[in-house]
This record gives sequence, C-alpha cells and structure tokens, in this order.
Amino acid sequence: MADNVFDAIVVGSGISGGWAAKELTEKGLKVIMLERGENIEHVKDYVNATKGPWEFPHRGGRTQKMIEDYPVLKRDYPLNEINLNYWVKDKECPYVEEKRFDWYRGYHVGGRSLMWGRQSYRLSDLDFTANARDGIAIDWPIRYRDIEPWYTYVEKFAGISGNKDGLPQLPDGHFLPPMEMNCVEKDVAARIKEHFKGSILMTIGRTANITVAHNGRTQCQYRNKCWLGCPFGAYFSTQSTTLPAAMKTGKLTLRPFSIVTKVLYDKNTKKATGVEVLDAETNQTYEYKAKVIFLCASSLNSTWVLFNSATDVWEGGLGSSSGELGHNVMDHHFRCGAGGIAEGYDDKYYFGRRPNGIYIPRFQNVPEDKKKRDFIRGFGYQGSASRDGWHRNVAELNIGSDLKNAISEPGPWTMGITAFGEILPYHENRITLDKSKKDKWGLPVLSFNCEIKDNELKMRKAMIDDAREMLEAAGMKNVKGFDNSYFMAMGIHEMGTARMGKDPKTSVLNSNNQVWDAKNVFVTDGAFMVSAACQNPSLTYMAMTARAADFAVKELKKGNL
Amino acid sequence: MNRRDALSRVALILGGTVVGANVFLEGCKPADKKATSATDFTPDDVAYLDEIAETIIPATDTPGAKAAKVGAFMTVMVKDCYEEKQQKTFREGMDKINDASEKKYDKAFMAITPQQRHELLVAIDNEQKDYGKKKKKDDPEHYFRLMKELTLLGYFTSEPGCTQALRYVETPGKYEGCIPYKKGDKAWAL
Repeated sequence: MADNVFDAIVVGSGISGGWAAKELTEKGLKVIMLERGENIEHVKDYVNATKGPWEFPHRGGRTQKMIEDYPVLKRDYPLNEINLNYWVKDKECPYVEEKRFDWYRGYHVGGRSLMWGRQSYRLSDLDFTANARDGIAIDWPIRYRDIEPWYTYVEKFAGISGNKDGLPQLPDGHFLPPMEMNCVEKDVAARIKEHFKGSILMTIGRTANITVAHNGRTQCQYRNKCWLGCPFGAYFSTQSTTLPAAMKTGKLTLRPFSIVTKVLYDKNTKKATGVEVLDAETNQTYEYKAKVIFLCASSLNSTWVLFNSATDVWEGGLGSSSGELGHNVMDHHFRCGAGGIAEGYDDKYYFGRRPNGIYIPRFQNVPEDKKKRDFIRGFGYQGSASRDGWHRNVAELNIGSDLKNAISEPGPWTMGITAFGEILPYHENRITLDKSKKDKWGLPVLSFNCEIKDNELKMRKAMIDDAREMLEAAGMKNVKGFDNSYFMAMGIHEMGTARMGKDPKTSVLNSNNQVWDAKNVFVTDGAFMVSAACQNPSLTYMAMTARAADFAVKELKKGNL
Repeated sequence: MNRRDALSRVALILGGTVVGANVFLEGCKPADKKATSATDFTPDDVAYLDEIAETIIPATDTPGAKAAKVGAFMTVMVKDCYEEKQQKTFREGMDKINDASEKKYDKAFMAITPQQRHELLVAIDNEQKDYGKKKKKDDPEHYFRLMKELTLLGYFTSEPGCTQALRYVETPGKYEGCIPYKKGDKAWAL
C-alpha cells in the first residue's frame, strides 16, 4: 500500500471520531484519523490539571486581551484562563452570524471530548417517534430497539455511572455505581417524589466519570477539574478511552494539523475515493485514499466538508440532492430555571468535589403529566445543592477579622436547577457556505441563520415555573426563578444539518449513517440527528458511531462499499 | 469554572451580591488601547494596597492579605482585567482613601495605626454600601467595592488563603455527600 492509502479515513478525533477509530481498527482496518488541530497527549499535556488556583495570575478569570482575542468564547463561561488552549482561536476561524450563533469549538486531538460535561443519557422511543407523532420534519429511520444494544456496548467500554430509575422516557443503561447525592439533594428528591406522587423524579446525574476502576482506568478522585484533562483518566475522552484502544491495535495513524477540505468523489462509481487535506502548519495539500470515510468533524464542520465536496456534480455539495444539507440546525436551550435556600442543614457538609449533579428527567408531555402544556416535547433539569463559599455577601459584616472568620466558614445551603429543553428541527434554521469570507487558511466559512421560536419560548416559561414550583414544594426558601437568556448553540449541543431518514429525497443519510449519494461516506457526529430530544446527546453519537462502524465493516467484507 | 460550576453560580447570584463574580462571568468590555497612568503601579503603591487589603482581611491565627501578596495581585487584575473606566475609578479611589486619612487623622494612610485604618475603612465601606443601594445601572462602581472584591478574591484563592484560612484538598479521592459540620470548621477551598 502506498503511504497515503488506508482502509478507512476518520475525519475528526472527538467523541465520534475516537469511537470510529477504535471500532474500525479493532475490526482489522488500517485507519488514518485526521485532526485539524494540534495534538494533546493524555496526561502529559494536561499542564494545568494539578495546579492550585494561586498558580494562575488572574485566578482563572479573563483579561481584556482575552476578551478582545475571543469574540465568541467571551459570550459565556468557556472563556477562562485555565483551559484556554483547549478552545479554538476565534479570530483564526471566523464565521458569519446572520443571526447570533454562539459556536464554542475545540480544534485539537480529542476535540470537545476533553472539555465536555460528561452527562450521558439514552434517548427513548418517546424521542424516536416524536417527529412522526407531531407531524414535524421527518420520522427517524430507527427506533430504540435499533440502538439499544449499541448503547449497552458503548456504555460498557466508556464507563457511565448512574442509577437505574426504571423510566420509559429515560431508559436505564449498563451503569457503574452511581455517585451520591448530598444531604439537601436527598431530602429535596424525597419531597419532590412525595409532593408530585411519583410523577416527577430527581435522581443523580448519569455521567461518564467512572466510580470504580474500569478497563484499566483509575476511578474518579472527586477533584472536579475534568475540563483541564484528567491525570487519572477517570472520565471518558478520546485520550483516556478510545484512542489508547485504537492505538493498541497497531492499525491507527493519527495525523494532527490536518484540515480536511473535501471528500474526493468519483462520479462514475458514485463513491468517495478519499479526502483532500490542507496541512494547517505548512499549507501544503495532500490526498489520502480509502474505501470508507467517516465524517466525525463535529455536526457543523462535517456539513462544511460536504458543502465543499463533489460540487462538480451537485452545486450544493455532496449530500445536497435532498435539499436538506445544512438545514434543521438544533441545540438545547437552557440557562433558565430556579434556585433557593435550604434551611436547617447548618450541621451538615460534604467531602470531595463531585463532578456531577442531580438530574430531573423530562416529565412534561408524558402520560403522567397532569398539566396542560402549550408546547410540544419537553425538558429535563440539571443542578446541585451546595454550601456557599467566600463569594457570599455577609450583610452585617464590613471588613476585618470578623468578616474573615465568617466567610472562612461555609455559608448557607443553596440549590439551583437549570432546564435543558428540546429545540424543534426547523427547516429554516440553516447554515450555508459564505465564500466571501475566509478563515486563516483561505477557506470559505459558514454562515448561520438560526433561532428559537414560539414552542421554545413557551417552553422556557414552563422551565422557570416548574422549577420554582418544585423547589417550593421541597421546602426551599427564597425561591427565585431566572432566565439568563439563550442564543443558539450556547448549549454546545449543535445537532442536525445532515439528518438521517428513510427517503433520499428528504434526508442526507440513510438509517446506517451512510450518505445517500456516496455509500462509503458515513456521518456519525451530531449532524445525523433528526430531532434533538432534551437529553445530552454525546452518548447517542457514541452508540450510532459504533453501530455504523460495525455496519461499514460488514458491508466492506461483502464487497458492497 | 466548568459548566456545572457556572450553573450553580447562577444560584448564588440569586442570593444577591456575588463578590468578584463580574470577573468570571461578565468580564469587561474591551478597553481603549491607549495606555493610562492609572495602571502604572509603583512598589509604594503595592505596599499601600497591601495595607488596605490587610485591613480588610487581617492576619489572625491565619495569615492576612499582606502575607498573601494581595496588593500585587490587585495591580495585576486592575491592569489586565479592568476596563479603562474601572481602572480610573480604582486609581482615584487610592487617592481618596489617603485624602480621607489626612482629613480625619492629619496623617497619610500608611502612617496611621491599624486600628485607625480599620475605623477609616469601615466608614468608607458603609459609604460604599449606601452608594450601592442608590447606584443606577450605568453609574460607575464604588472604588472601595472594587478593592474589597479584589481583596477577597485574591486572598481566598492565594496559597495561604486556600491552605490555611480554608481547607484545601487537591485530590479528595472520594465523595461523601453528608458529613457532620460543627461551627468553626473551615470551608473547603474549592
């Protein structure tokens, strides 16, 4: 084989790319994984992971220089001093906002698997049948039974801790032991259960942090510094979990600084032959050839690659024949909920920093829901209780030793919950290629025209009202609702733009994540999503990637690709 | 601060004042590039700010703000993180404290006793609180509020603050969600 020829090419090294590389190499394929950014080596490159707060000159905060350099990142919490190098340099990678779109990107080996929130939930048939039931967009081409074995498969390897709760809308998985709720959370959970007669459940978050040693990885040490990279490898990331497995096969080549600019398409065979790569450091162009290509470049960037591919056949790019490529952009809308004070727990505290919180699974528009809702679909809550620290205001104290002593002790217990809600797949929420604007490498950029609409706005009201009602029912004091406003992509759960479906006329991918117009091209990141559900989506990408890889290798052996 | 912390910080904000929160969440608007003398701090300025900080967080059975080098920390934050308007407010505030000391005690702030410094800054802190109640959205912050915020942030994230005034456990190794707490036990540093 020439050194640019492989059995398979994986574009991107995040959650989906890492799984694709692992599965394809373990099944015997010779694979190259192309990552547009730099390498970040497990443990060695987690340079800030064990530093004390005093080792950062601005104690983690943001400087004016950072604010100027990161016009997107500054819009929310990601802009910080401590893991700044894990986020894309906004000015090198601009994009066009016809409407505001907060795109928080990580361009490096591991992608956002390094900084993700790790919440890991299964979708259910409530989600897979939702579009068909509501007559919205198109039906999912799969049902829960199609993905169920693959959820189990990826959970077993990744290591997901959680509690089995027996809810149809949030299927139980193959879990490691759950983390513990603290005193206040336990009591709030019990009061919610009692008050709402079991129709609302508060449980511990299901998270990709391992609570016992698992597949050679050390269990969580409760440092809550996950997003700096874990020196113990205790949460799922490409680096800690899938990349070592793929490397162990001896069949993986990892090439950082490789911007895939297009899929090379042969119109005679109607298949892809490889990809074109722009070296991000040297600006040299290379070609890599393979029988199978997995696009796992993140939802919107996989579609960007498709936009640029096979334009001699389809002006809108590979996969555009349906008219759906770039459409149906989704995210989860959030940043609203409620918080309050828990009284009567002054003699209670906790030890350790749990990198996880509580979860309240969707209870709206399910059979147990007593309320008449003026929106479809629903939302879940995430949150936690804790004792306030030195940040708090102590009204009666000014300055001096009394103030110092008072705020050196823990303050009152507070609890806050924030809803994550489903955004419907609107055809008109779309991305396009803007050739008039170029990035650092002279490549055309994406332009965004996306927004939330009436259903989401009505839902947001319920997200606040229900949160207040629950916390008040649980006996919290001084309960206040909040809405800190939301703009598309703030949830960092971008989905859609190359949806799967049953019909090539209305979808970009088939039920096996194959591009209808090029069957040896698979898209297995969030681009394939047909609806968003309200659960954090990464576990679904893992399962669908493993499923598609299994299918691809079988098809390859049959000579169908 | 990760997403979970960012979300739970929201709960704190509900309670009212979050000292120093603006640095983390809102940040500041990009400053005008032109250099201002407001950010040229001398060693004397640092020593002066150390004493202001020490008056806010004095040494007790644990080190105070001066030992935690909060004066130098404040200058770094004002220079790098503040917008120009805040820099000016802060710098003018440094003069105002000295003027108030001269007026009340006929001596510069550095020359008065720790007890006099305490009394002086208590009065200014009261003034700051009153100002905060009447402050409209676009009014500048009170200089002493800025100083107090930076002192608390600088102290409680410093090594002596984390490891002596608070309890710092780098690698807890386990999580216990419900343990007894008795009055006087220090809070966890992180």
